[in-house]
Amino acid sequence: MSKDILLNAVRRGLKRGPLPEDRKAMLRGRLALHPRHTIPARSRLPHAGQVDLFVRNVEKEFGSVVRVADWNAVPDAIADYLSAQNLPSRFAMAPHPELQAIPWSNRPMLEIRVGRAEATDAVAVTQAFAAIAETGTLMLPSAPERPTTLNLLADTAIVVLRASNLVGAYEEAWDKLRAELGGMPRNVMLVTGPSRSADIEQTLELGAHGPRNLHVILVEDAG
Amino acid sequence: MHVATSPAFKENAHKALADAGLQKALARSGPSFIARRASAVAGLPEFEELRNIARDIKNHAIENLDFYLEEYEAKVIAAGGQVHWCPDADAARAAVLAICQRVGARTVTKGKSMIGEEIAINAHLERHGIVPIETDLGEYIIQLRDELPSHIIAPAFHLNMEDWEEAFRKHHTDLPADRSLAERRDILIEARTRLRSKFLAADVGITGANFLIAETGSSVIVTNEGNGDLTQTLPRVHIVLASIEKCVPTIEDTTSLLRLLARSATGQDFSVYTTFSTGVRRPGDLDGPDEYHVVLIDNGRSAMIGTEFQEMLRCIRCAACMNHCPVYGAVGGHAYGWVYPGPMGSVLTPGLLGVDKAGHLPNASTFCGKCESVCPVKIPLPKLMRHWREREFERHLSPTAYRTNLGLWAFFARRPSLYRLATRIGAKALALLGRKRGRLASLPFAAGWTEGRDLPTPEGDTFFARYARAQRDGTH
Ligand code: SF4
Repeated sequence: MSKDILLNAVRRGLKRGPLPEDRKAMLRGRLALHPRHTIPARSRLPHAGQVDLFVRNVEKEFGSVVRVADWNAVPDAIADYLSAQNLPSRFAMAPHPELQAIPWSNRPMLEIRVGRAEATDAVAVTQAFAAIAETGTLMLPSAPERPTTLNLLADTAIVVLRASNLVGAYEEAWDKLRAELGGMPRNVMLVTGPSRSADIEQTLELGAHGPRNLHVILVEDAG
Repeated sequence: MHVATSPAFKENAHKALADAGLQKALARSGPSFIARRASAVAGLPEFEELRNIARDIKNHAIENLDFYLEEYEAKVIAAGGQVHWCPDADAARAAVLAICQRVGARTVTKGKSMIGEEIAINAHLERHGIVPIETDLGEYIIQLRDELPSHIIAPAFHLNMEDWEEAFRKHHTDLPADRSLAERRDILIEARTRLRSKFLAADVGITGANFLIAETGSSVIVTNEGNGDLTQTLPRVHIVLASIEKCVPTIEDTTSLLRLLARSATGQDFSVYTTFSTGVRRPGDLDGPDEYHVVLIDNGRSAMIGTEFQEMLRCIRCAACMNHCPVYGAVGGHAYGWVYPGPMGSVLTPGLLGVDKAGHLPNASTFCGKCESVCPVKIPLPKLMRHWREREFERHLSPTAYRTNLGLWAFFARRPSLYRLATRIGAKALALLGRKRGRLASLPFAAGWTEGRDLPTPEGDTFFARYARAQRDGTH
């Protein structure tokens, strides 16, 4: 009822009735093909250059990145980061198979709770589905193995990213998502740097409601 | 509920010019927005090309809006959500309240939403015993101070540190007197701590939407704080408030618009959190809402379609136009008297509130043309302001009203600092106006301006002098 009122008001403005079927078919074609528009040249680089661009952009946005040679190096990288930041060696971690396969026993001091984040967690570790060099952005789609709260509740968010999951432009990350996940997950966060606010006197302060620290562990698996 | 004071724009503007605190805030923050945008735009050589693309995407979406809205709804339903079609603000308020009451909500957290301000949803919930809590830092203090935002992306643009401390001390009554709130950091930590428990306790989270995507049924929010994400992730119910013109076809279309949004707004390449929400918690998910509702609101938009104001529906609410507006820069947002200030507000507000209430606003312009030159979707804001004036003439306004409007125009043109700013950034505008050769006589108030003997002649080579010369010489 109110749907018809609203749609008819739109059509009155457009000075036509509902679209004819052939026009609808054309528009459905556009939705199915979802054509790309201009993609900025800045990310059109060989992969190594994209990785460098990503790192530069994350750092420009007040995040940090450490590059490690393989999965075995991840526990050390995390433990070292936490101690350098004077943070507890306790964290909540996404139940992602890639993360669970990491040899955590290398650093027995790390206390890991696998699951979603709770309000009391100071540090959270999750896995990046993809990353976008263009602006230093992480793509974090929700899934049972990648709870959204891990991106948000802890003061420090650590994200493990495989270099082979890093692409140049957003469009490539979306195509990867369509191909591998088969459709839109409930929630897809594109995260660029740590939380911040400039609401007080238009001056930037880091750490508003989300994490104050965003640290990326970049696993160089791309060769 | 705030009564619109748009009819009293001139009085508001006078007050604003005399408000030392406001002038301090404007002087501090205005130039930084301009510089940050300029540097972000300089870093993206494709920016101009993307503006054309963005304009075309939004035009295409509006030309086929009925189709895309139906496609969008089908996708929302497929993802377990529900769309509530609301022709006006009353219907939207009723829809939100009904959901909140059905789930027995006591508190509701809110992400920043301009349409939420437009339909005054907070006041409506409060009247029915439900407590809305704004979680964007700027909106939070606006709520504490019980005022309207003064800027569409920086609600507390008009405030200084002392205002923050005062509001926090007044409302956070359990704060120890020796607790320092002198630094921005102190304020931020206090707000973060205070709001964390609210996020966790809320029954419903309400956010706005920057975009709705027909391809996927997703709503998109863009924030830097993460408050919008906590709002839509933690409570059991997520309600999205969105006006109909937010609907765009695909993720790729959205992506192109997003490349412009943050750069135009805050001068960031991308905002910290750009989040796509699609329906309810999926099987096996450890977090996310069980209910997902989109309250889809017309409230005057469809009436703009097919008129000269249709172009205004392209607006992506980036605020670049007000950040670059010499009038906004002089009087701030509250002078405009309602939810939408600056050039976009001067075009939108008469359409939403009526010309009788907001007809003065389109006169709050120096015609410098800067707003149009920075608008990421190329809305011809000065032209649309002129259309409103022409409409007023067609309504046969009385000589008194005519004088009032002329007076308002003169009021801004007479301010030397404003005038300098307007003429400094007016080169582009000159080109713009110059293209409309022979239009001087039909420009509203142009006759009044040239006859304006009581107006002091502005010093030097002014905008209007150059404009007149350009008209004569046929040069730009
Ligand atoms: S009118 Fe243009 S510049 Fe102003 S807020 Fe809208 S999109 Fe931004």
